[in-house]
Amino acid sequence: MTTTLNRESLLKAYRSMRTIREFEERVHTDFATGEIPGFVHLYAGEEASATGVCMHLTGTDYIASTHRGHGHCIAKGVDPVGMMAEIWGKATGTCKGKGGSMHIADLSVGMLGANGIVGGGGPLICGTALAAKIRGTKDVGVCFFGDGASNQGTIFEAMNLAAVWKLPAIFVAENNGYAEATSSKYSVPCENIADRAPAFGMPGVIVDGFDFFAVHQAAGEAIKRAREGGGPTLLEVKLSRYYGHFEGDQQTYRAPGEVQRLRETKDCLLQFRRRVTADGEITNEQLDAIDREVKTLIDDSVVRAKADPKPAAAELLTDVYVSY
Amino acid sequence: MARKITYQQAINEALDQEMARDASVIIMGEDNAGGAGAPGEEDAWGGVLGVTKGLFHKYPGRVLDTPISESGYVGAAVGAACNGLRPVAELMFVDFIGVCFDQIYNQAAKFRYMFGGKAQTPVVIRAMYGAGFRAAAQHSQCLYNMFTHIPGLKVVVPSNPYDAKGLLIQSIRDNDPVIFLEHKVLYTMEGDVPEESYTVPFGEANVVREGDDVTIVAFGRMVNQALLAAAALQKQGIHCEVIDPRTTSPLDEDTILESVEKTGRLVVVDESTPRCSMASDIAGLVAQKAFGALKAPIEPVTAPHVPVPFSDALEDLYVPSPAAVEAAVIRVKEYR
Ligand SMILES: Cc1ncc(C[n+]2csc(CCOP(=O)(O)OP(=O)(O)O)c2C)c(N)n1
Ligand SMILES: [Mg+2]
Repeated sequence: MTTTLNRESLLKAYRSMRTIREFEERVHTDFATGEIPGFVHLYAGEEASATGVCMHLTGTDYIASTHRGHGHCIAKGVDPVGMMAEIWGKATGTCKGKGGSMHIADLSVGMLGANGIVGGGGPLICGTALAAKIRGTKDVGVCFFGDGASNQGTIFEAMNLAAVWKLPAIFVAENNGYAEATSSKYSVPCENIADRAPAFGMPGVIVDGFDFFAVHQAAGEAIKRAREGGGPTLLEVKLSRYYGHFEGDQQTYRAPGEVQRLRETKDCLLQFRRRVTADGEITNEQLDAIDREVKTLIDDSVVRAKADPKPAAAELLTDVYVSY
Repeated sequence: MARKITYQQAINEALDQEMARDASVIIMGEDNAGGAGAPGEEDAWGGVLGVTKGLFHKYPGRVLDTPISESGYVGAAVGAACNGLRPVAELMFVDFIGVCFDQIYNQAAKFRYMFGGKAQTPVVIRAMYGAGFRAAAQHSQCLYNMFTHIPGLKVVVPSNPYDAKGLLIQSIRDNDPVIFLEHKVLYTMEGDVPEESYTVPFGEANVVREGDDVTIVAFGRMVNQALLAAAALQKQGIHCEVIDPRTTSPLDEDTILESVEKTGRLVVVDESTPRCSMASDIAGLVAQKAFGALKAPIEPVTAPHVPVPFSDALEDLYVPSPAAVEAAVIRVKEYR
């Protein structure tokens, strides 16, 4: 096995991906009961992307996420217990129940928010990267966005700006093949999203998003370059979402069996397990133990979220301004 | 022949009948059909909530799915309107106006005046608005007041299925840019709607309920909240007149002023936040033009000056309730 990761890092990566998967599968199950309010977009299937990228980041590096943000949050270190409470609309949630699934943010760990506006994060990450550059911190900013978002003006402008200002920014295009019910084969007329990178004068890299190690390596190179003053990179991660665009989507636009085949043959957790256990570096028992711990954590987060209080009425009027 | 259909079906039917009548009508938006380039079903969605379902196969080449490029396609709709088409561009949630507003307020809205009366821009921008879906701060706003502020735009806020159909047909036939706003909570509302095509004119308020004691002016979904309040107040012997302006631009000032001349008391129910709102606009109008008739201060009933919260516990407090309307009516009625 050729990887620069030590055992501790490998276990950390697995725990991150497993936590995202368990969290999302649990939200999927609970959403079906009708108890979870609002729109929920699940990240299951894409875990290697968030984890492979965020493994390289510190608490002061920023990421900007999307409507499909739970995975980015967990990989960046947001507490899943607070996230679950947020999704259930509780006062104990990451954002006091005011934001919900599409707006989970925790600036204390460098998570600038999931986003309800497609393409909203690109310009913001240019800003965190600019601040890092001016303040001389060596921090980077990472913007996650989808294949659909890759067609948004804000993303084009952000990539251009990042290149013009040579910002320590990384644009991670998570190409899962669909924007809602529209295929990227229709909406992205070039072969790959990464093919657009040369037009902005930045490197474009394509990586298999089911393969944690591939993402980890490509992201590592881009982030290192950014930290060293080499400017932005566009990293296209090819992957798939296991569930609908949002919970409740019947997905009739997909081919029958499409997801099942990927789950069985390419799943990032399966591949990871196979690879790290093959040479005895890590045992199946160690990974199974993580599975159990993660399950307990997520089960517990749901028990707590259900029992927690909703925001008090007075909260309606707070937090609009710092002072007014 | 009228029969009961939903607000959502009424909108679909208006689009269908206008597309059948006039080949220059096209519709476009993200997943207006759905399934573009995908291996499965075509017309898989018919709009994110299914409002445009079925039109894709019926009108080949005239239902366009777009990339997520609102500035691009909304602007293209405006340009196409200058060149012989009558596009209906759908923005999904009105909150997304932020990424394409220039094409609407600096371009479409200004052409006629700026070009010395020579331009005609018959474009319709459809979008859903409003709170109640637990969709949080970026998918729940009520922004009709923002559009109303801009000269050159017409702004339509139907409160029921009948008006939705007639106003949308009028919007498509109208030669000015029209912002057509659909309250997402109303999509399932049923009402009597004629099968045949008809228009509801702009700038003509609907007096939904007559009464002598207090005038209630309400917009969109709030018309229904006002009617619930009025029914409850009737039992207490207070007779409300409920006015639905139906379009905020143009605004039927006369109907509002005549009603206030009769009642002397006014409550305005507006789901948007209170500053620079329809509530403050109507209050200003009445204070200026019916000052002598007023027997009590004008009472606005609006959302608070905050973004829309996610948690149901907070969102239910955010939206003006029938109880809040009732309380406001009682305050103006009892004012001495
Ligand atoms: C400006 C804007 N336009 C449209 C939407 C509606 N919308 C939400 S997610 C989405 C599809 C996004 O697709 P993609 O970027 O590929 O991300 P994915 O859902 O596949 O993760 C759309 C159209 C939005 N939220 N914001
Ligand atoms: Mg996508």
